[in-house]
Order: sequence, then C-alpha cells, then structure tokens
Amino acid sequence: MDFGPYLMLATLEGAVTAAVLALTASGLALVFGVMRVVNVAHGEFFMLGAVLAWWVTSWLDGYAALGFALALLIVPVMVGVLAALADVTVLKRLSYDPERTIVATIGILYILQQVTLMTYGPDARPVTPPFNTRLALPWVEMADTGLSLYWPWGLSITSYKLAVIGAAAGVLAALWLLMTRSKLGLMMRATEQDRDMALAFGIPVERVYALVFGLGAGLAALAAVLIVPIQQAHYLMGGDPLLLSFIVVIIGGLGSLPGTVLAALLIGLSDGIISVFFSPTLAKIMATVLVALVLVFRPQGLFGASRA
Amino acid sequence: MTSEVRKIIGLHGGVLAILLLLQFVLPAYHHGNLARIMVLATYAIGYNLLFGYTGLLSLGHALFFAAGLYGMGLGMTQLGLSAGGALLLGVLAGATVGAVIGALALRTEGVAFMIVTLMFAQAGYLTVLYFGAYTRGDEGFVIQQADRMLWGFDLSDPSNRYFAAFVVFAVAFLAPLTVLRSRFGRVLIAIRENEERAMMLGYDVMRYKLMAVVLSATLSALSGAAYGLLFGYVGASFASVQYSIFPLLWVLLGGAGTALGPLVGTVFMFYLIDLSSGITTAYMLIAGVVLVCLTLFAPQGLMGEIRNRFWRWLP
Repeated sequence: MDFGPYLMLATLEGAVTAAVLALTASGLALVFGVMRVVNVAHGEFFMLGAVLAWWVTSWLDGYAALGFALALLIVPVMVGVLAALADVTVLKRLSYDPERTIVATIGILYILQQVTLMTYGPDARPVTPPFNTRLALPWVEMADTGLSLYWPWGLSITSYKLAVIGAAAGVLAALWLLMTRSKLGLMMRATEQDRDMALAFGIPVERVYALVFGLGAGLAALAAVLIVPIQQAHYLMGGDPLLLSFIVVIIGGLGSLPGTVLAALLIGLSDGIISVFFSPTLAKIMATVLVALVLVFRPQGLFGASRA
Repeated sequence: MTSEVRKIIGLHGGVLAILLLLQFVLPAYHHGNLARIMVLATYAIGYNLLFGYTGLLSLGHALFFAAGLYGMGLGMTQLGLSAGGALLLGVLAGATVGAVIGALALRTEGVAFMIVTLMFAQAGYLTVLYFGAYTRGDEGFVIQQADRMLWGFDLSDPSNRYFAAFVVFAVAFLAPLTVLRSRFGRVLIAIRENEERAMMLGYDVMRYKLMAVVLSATLSALSGAAYGLLFGYVGASFASVQYSIFPLLWVLLGGAGTALGPLVGTVFMFYLIDLSSGITTAYMLIAGVVLVCLTLFAPQGLMGEIRNRFWRWLP
C-alpha cells in the first residue's frame, strides 16, 4: 500500500480508538470533576463492561445482533449500579478524602480484577459483532487523464467500526445535553462548584455523588461493550484504558468535558499515526513521561482550580 | 537513659535477636521465606520513611526497587562487576533516580504527586520492556551462582543468604530509627504534621522532602539489589505497578509511621498471599480486600492501633 492510503487507514483506526477513549475518559473526568475523586478502578469498570457483554451475549447464542443490543442496554446499567454501590459502601465512608480514596480504589481494582479471574477465567473471549460489512474505501491517484479514484487493496473499514464512531459521538452529545440542559446536570454542576452550598440549597449531594460515580463507570462499561466485538474480553484489559484515560483527562484539563473529548481525539488519532513510525512501547513511554512532565510543570491549567 | 528509651531498645533489639535466632529453628521452607521477607521489609522501611514519617504517598516506588535490582543485575551481566560492586551500583542507581524523580515530582503535591510518581514508574517499567535485548523483559534473567559470591561467601547457600538478608534488614531497621530521633527526622515529622508551619519556622521544606525521597529511594534500591543478588533473579515484574502497591500495602497494614510496622505488615501480607496462592490463582484478591478494609476500618495499621491502645511510647 502507498503511504497516503496507509495514513488514511491509520487515521480511521485511530478514530475508532479515539471514540472509545473519549467515552472512557469522559467517565473518569466526570467523576474527578464533580467528586474530586481519582478513580484508579476506572479501567476495571471498563473491563467488567467487556466481560459482562460477553456473558450477556452468550445467553442468546445464535442471535448475535439481539444479544449485542441487549448487552448495550443492560451492561452499562449493571456496572453503574455496582459502582454506585461501591461509592455508598466504601468511598462515602472515607468522606471522599483524596488520598484515602485512591488507596481504596486501588483495592477495588484488585477485587474486581481478581473476582473476574476467578469466575470468568484467564481466557480472552470474542463477541460477535451485530453487523460487520467490509466497506472498501477509494483513494485518489494521478493518472494520465488527471485525478481519478481507485480502490487500493487493503484500504477498508467495517460498517461496525463506523457505527462505533457514530454511537460514541451520539452518547457524548447526550452527555453534554444532560450536563448543560437538564435539572440533573444543574445539580451535578452545583455540587461540583461548591459542595456545601449545594447541600444548603437542598441538593441531595450524597445521592448526586453515587449517581455520578455510577454514571462514570457506566460510560466506561458502554465504551467497552462497543469495543469488545473488535477487541476480545480479558480480565487484564483494564490497564491500558486506565492509563490512556489518565493521559487524556490530564491533557484535557481535569474535569472539563469538551477538553477531555478534544484530548481523546488528539491522543487516539496520534496513537494510530505514531505507531506507524515508532514501536508502540516507545510511544507509550514518551506519552507517559510527557504527561507526567505536564503535571509537574503546568499543573495550574490542567490539574485543579481553573476549568473550562 | 529514660525508661522509655530502654523499652524501645529492648523491644527492637529483641526483635532483631529473635530474627537472628529463628534461622536455627525454622524448617527450610519458612527459613527461605523469612530471608525473603527481611529483604522485602527493607523495601517497606524505605517506603515508610517517605509515607509514614514525611507524609508523602508515592505510587511509584517500584521504580526505585527496580533501579536497585537492574543496577545490580545489569552491572553484573553487562559491565562484569563483582557482587559487591554491582550491589553498590544498584544502590547508587536508586539514589540517583530518587534524586531526579524527587526533584520533579516534589513540585506537585497530594493527588498530583501520586499520579506523577505512578506515571514515572510506569514509564520505567515500559523502559525495562523496551530494552528487552539487555533486560530480557518479562522473562528476566538469572544471576549465576558463581557470580553470587560476596567476600568469599556464597550467597546462594541458605544460611549465608539468611544472614545477609538479616544484615541488610538490620541496617535498614536501625538507620531510620536513629535518623528519626535526630533533628533531621523531627523536621520530617513536622512537615508531615503541618507543612506550612514547618516552612514558617524557617525550614527549607523542599530540601528536607527531597532528602527524604532520596533516602527512601536508596533503601528501596538496596532492597532491590539485595533481592536480585540473594535470590538470583532479575525480572520486569518487579518494576510493575504491583510492586509499587505492595510496599504501600505492607506499610498500611503494619502501621505507617511506626518502626516495626513495615516488618509486621510484610510478614502478614507475605503469608496471607502465600497461603491463598495455594488455593487460588487470584491471590491478589486478598491484597484488594485488605487495602479496602484497612482504609475503612484501621487507617493506623496494626502497630498504629497497638500504639494507640497499649504502648504509647512505640516509635
């Protein structure tokens, strides 16, 4: 394949990564923004989403599309309820002290991961996509007669991947509407700005916290359900999304939803393109060090007080 | 000598004496385990110095442990150093990495400090994997028995190994105990209790914190280097996040800010995981449950609770 079509393919694959990453990271950003809690177990909620999607679709063996639709509906709710329970039983009792909640979420990380290992096992299992038509894509080339279209071999994307991008965009738009236009969003934003004042105005802050924690985990689970037909479900799959979400949330300005989405696009797209030039390990090393340095040298705009 | 100091010397000297004597009575399996525990407890003591006494929670100590481990291991395989030289190189590597990471990470505080240390350690782990040609990545490499001779002692021999582990542990155990009773140690505790007040009193808080990081990293690296040398294996898993979480777990369980806590926590956790890994492969479940329960019910840890209830003089 020539370089041009190859780059286009990398960009398209990057867009799928970016879409899923934007969903996962916006969950993390929401939780940090409203609750000021760094949820280290976020990647495990993602993993649970994928594993539960495999479980739910296995009920309806033979009806791939139906099973997948069911998983898409109920898995995020299941994970969200579980997370809300964790919030009420553990985080609330720590009064959301930042350092102790990190330690507790590390504990929750291991509990979720290891319980999955005990029940689901160490295998990676696939989920059949509901539809998966291969769409060949055209590319322009200079011919004797001027510009003309041709279909290079290997330049294609599946309809399912396009649907993932569309679905992620739709969910993010809905989240944006929820946060800015609904009464619930207003309550969340009020809690975010001043917890005590919100409480004084009769906002049930504790319930908002449980809801936000559940919603954040649900977004990660939804992202995982969307990606699991492309990438198999495995009990250790939570590590990478967690690291990438951290990177995205820090780059995007912690807690800011538009910033997070923008950063996810940047990271997701460049991830696909960078890995054309560098080894993935080297790309990850550079990204991690860079983000750590961002936190060290520019914490003001990215971590804490100011928010877009 | 006040009665308090006498009690402290009695208790900690007694613990050391028991550890020294245990090697003659323990069966082979537990004998090996205890040698391992003493080296790992050294790591926990290094961690406790920063977390328990200075109040800085790092999620990236595996970087320092691995700096010692790989400084020692690569010093041997790549530079052809003897055991003593390699050990020294490992400790120096840890101190250097500690100084660099400390100078950077200490510009942040609280949650950001935790994330930054976590990220640097992750970068370190990935670096170990990236240079797989030298480090052999996840698979790791074995240090040959012939190279594990220190001053004529064969460290692969169980009783020599036990004694070496004991010496490493005793140094790490006694050094902070004396350091923390000095002026330097009191300033560290003052920083933990109230950083702004320490600053107001004219202490260069940044400098003290950096010294604490370097000291903590040095002890962690000593533990890493000794671990590789005594047990003859160097591998990437020792650089992974799990090995940053372990010292936190040991110290939290044993009691942050107590001298005996790291040892107690390491013994408990080591045997908990040892027993449960006989039953299930998901032994890290225990670690998770213990972490959550500790943060919920006993943030002071075992020795912290003992100090609160019975022995108020416990350092």
